[in-house]
Amino acid sequence: MAPADPTVGGTFPLPRFDPGSDKWVQTLSGAGPQQEAALARLHDLLLRIARSELQRRGRQLRITGPELDDLAYQATADALLAIVGKLGQFRGESRFTTWAYKFVVFEVSAKIGRHFWSKPAVPLDAEDWERLPDRLGLDPARETERRDLAGAVHRVVDEHLTPRQRQVFIAIVLNDVPMDALVAELGSTRNTIYKTMFDARRKLRAALAANGYLDDETSRHS
Amino acid sequence: MNGWPALDRFLRTDPRDVGCAEAMELLHVYVELVDKDASAAERYPGIAAHLRACGPCGEDFDGLLAAIRGPGEITGQAG
Repeated sequence: MAPADPTVGGTFPLPRFDPGSDKWVQTLSGAGPQQEAALARLHDLLLRIARSELQRRGRQLRITGPELDDLAYQATADALLAIVGKLGQFRGESRFTTWAYKFVVFEVSAKIGRHFWSKPAVPLDAEDWERLPDRLGLDPARETERRDLAGAVHRVVDEHLTPRQRQVFIAIVLNDVPMDALVAELGSTRNTIYKTMFDARRKLRAALAANGYLDDETSRHS
Repeated sequence: MNGWPALDRFLRTDPRDVGCAEAMELLHVYVELVDKDASAAERYPGIAAHLRACGPCGEDFDGLLAAIRGPGEITGQAG
């Protein structure tokens, strides 16, 4: 069914949400003490989600104590701002709180990505190809084949990938830079970096299959 | 027979994969379907394929699922 066109005459019905979501939208889009109370309540909920999300990801982070809580407050503030700014985009496809929590989860990811560069383990443009076999999970017991395959991957990276695909491959695969950290450093988006890596993986697979290192994709059933 | 399963898994791509932008756009809808066990992957195979392949989006999905299943949701009311 095509959506009604709000620009064509008559009244346009307000979206109908579940009662809880409706109350959130009504109070947040209102004014005065009720709106302030709803904003404070939402801030508390988002802060709790940000803290628990940072704790959940704690093992992959080198952040603790006040620094961790500072990131939680930053993610909460940015998420709250985004939610209020995009309130009109909430369409009731989920509960309001689920939609709102999504913003703070994304903000936590972005903050973690940016934080990576405060203490990077490896420079972005380092090229230690000796790391490649381990990074690709190649079995060390098969040393000769492993070196041969790693050499083939290196050649394909140099000869078949575009400069941008090569840069992204080296950062993510060779240097173990998290995708969100690369997004922050390159001023890009997660979607763009993922697509770049997706295309690089396809090219690599096709070239390695053509040279007999991997099975042809079409020869396997998924 | 493929002798390099880890590399093969890493390089294998799923043509149904919708990418990060679409997965992120619908993540709140998808996560509630998963929470209700309502055949989310069947309704959104492209998102399911993406979340299997993309570590960061998979992390966000896990975080959002934990958030809606956590104690915050019980009292997540406007006032």
